[in-house]
Amino acid sequence: MVAQNIFFGLIAGGVGISAIKMVTTRNIVHAALYLVAVLAGLAALYILLTAEFVATTQFLVYIGAVMVLFLFGIMLTRAPMGHRDGLTSKQWPMALMVAVLFGAVIVYAVIEQFGADELSENPTVFRSADVGDSIFSTYVVPFEAVSVLLLAALIGAIVLARKD
Amino acid sequence: MIGLVYWQETAIKLAVILGVIPVTSLILVYLFLFKMMAFMQSRLGPMITGPHGTLQLIAEAIKFLQKEDIHPDNADKHVFALAPIVVLMSTFLLYVILPAGPDLIVEDLDVGIFYALAVSSLSALGVLMAGWASANKYALLGGLRAAGQLIAYELPLVLATMGVIIQAETMSLQGIVHAQANFSIFGLDSGMPFIFTQIVGFAIFMIAAQAELTQTPFDMPVAETELVGGFHIEYTGFRFLLFFMAEFGTAFAFAAIASVLFLGGWSLPFVDPNENWLNFVGPGVMLFKILILAAIIFWVRFTVPRLREDQLQKFAWKVLIPVSLVNIAVTGLIKVAV
Repeated sequence: MVAQNIFFGLIAGGVGISAIKMVTTRNIVHAALYLVAVLAGLAALYILLTAEFVATTQFLVYIGAVMVLFLFGIMLTRAPMGHRDGLTSKQWPMALMVAVLFGAVIVYAVIEQFGADELSENPTVFRSADVGDSIFSTYVVPFEAVSVLLLAALIGAIVLARKD
Repeated sequence: MIGLVYWQETAIKLAVILGVIPVTSLILVYLFLFKMMAFMQSRLGPMITGPHGTLQLIAEAIKFLQKEDIHPDNADKHVFALAPIVVLMSTFLLYVILPAGPDLIVEDLDVGIFYALAVSSLSALGVLMAGWASANKYALLGGLRAAGQLIAYELPLVLATMGVIIQAETMSLQGIVHAQANFSIFGLDSGMPFIFTQIVGFAIFMIAAQAELTQTPFDMPVAETELVGGFHIEYTGFRFLLFFMAEFGTAFAFAAIASVLFLGGWSLPFVDPNENWLNFVGPGVMLFKILILAAIIFWVRFTVPRLREDQLQKFAWKVLIPVSLVNIAVTGLIKVAV
């Protein structure tokens, strides 16, 4: 358990620092790269929790696709070198307040619900087959709801992109 | 098995990977880029350094290492320095799940092939970083082309493996090798590779891999006649060497993944895959299959002219992806029916 705790501390610290750097850096490409570090750190935390499949999906979807698209979009429109001022929105105190409140609620809820749980000495690794089974049996309704939502987003994107 | 503590085992595995990747790029570059290309163009290729020029690449590597570490004045130094490392990291992570024998694998992950596709997408990020941080318009254009291409061909690559996963009922690469060792077709009782049933998937995988590796005819990101070299235009010395090693190391890894998915990996027909001697023969079998597939990749590279950017995108979205979706549907139907 000790090793896992140490690594959790290291990764969580890295994620926290990257997250703060992401919102304070004055270069938009750097901000995107710090976000990559945050997402990669989250994938590492999933591995610590023996959720291989979730970690790999996190890596493939967020780093391999979403962040590459982000950077692609930034570089296709404007990709400034060096530091820029005026990247910080005027509403940042409000955003900070919302973030702190949200964080407080999440921390409170997690401690309240799972505070007494302890990880077992030899945690079981969740096989991908089990994940697939539970998606298509226990969680089939949420799964279908999410698919419809994604389909709606896809159609919306096509409608927006059409010229006529 | 010899009893080893966890950290000893990990150290040995790391050392093996660190040794294997430069050697694989050496083999591929010497055999195909130097010799096969030269013979196809009716010349000898490097002949001076070592017997038949075998030491040429080592000489080149030493030359690269001696060069000064230069970066452009306007470049973003940290991102510029980090980019080749990100690309090479993606190559290193790929080797974690490549099996070479019944017990010869760094880590037989349950998510195997899915993991390989996830970490290979990391190279797109490194390429974008390199293109942007060089502060050069050709480099930026090359980086953008590379990212667009990698996103477009990631999909058929993932979808092409799906047929094999359905047939093998597992994503672990060792599991896929074992499934093929027990697979029978045409009345031959065991050890038949999946290429017989997944020939469409194999074709799509090889085409998409060609594009992922940015080899001709999909080499627009580094097209020397248009972009002077694309995203690595400003890189010299050992940083260029890192890109070069990543390119050929990844080519080897993709050939290895294709040989596991479609050609049976280290297993031999009519041989029990649990035989211990396969640990000694397996790497050789694997290398043989990898070299055949790599030869096809480089053969195409030296033969076919470059596509245009719009042709490349159309080919991915209008041909490869629909065909691979049909392949998945047909494979699924047959799997349920039989």
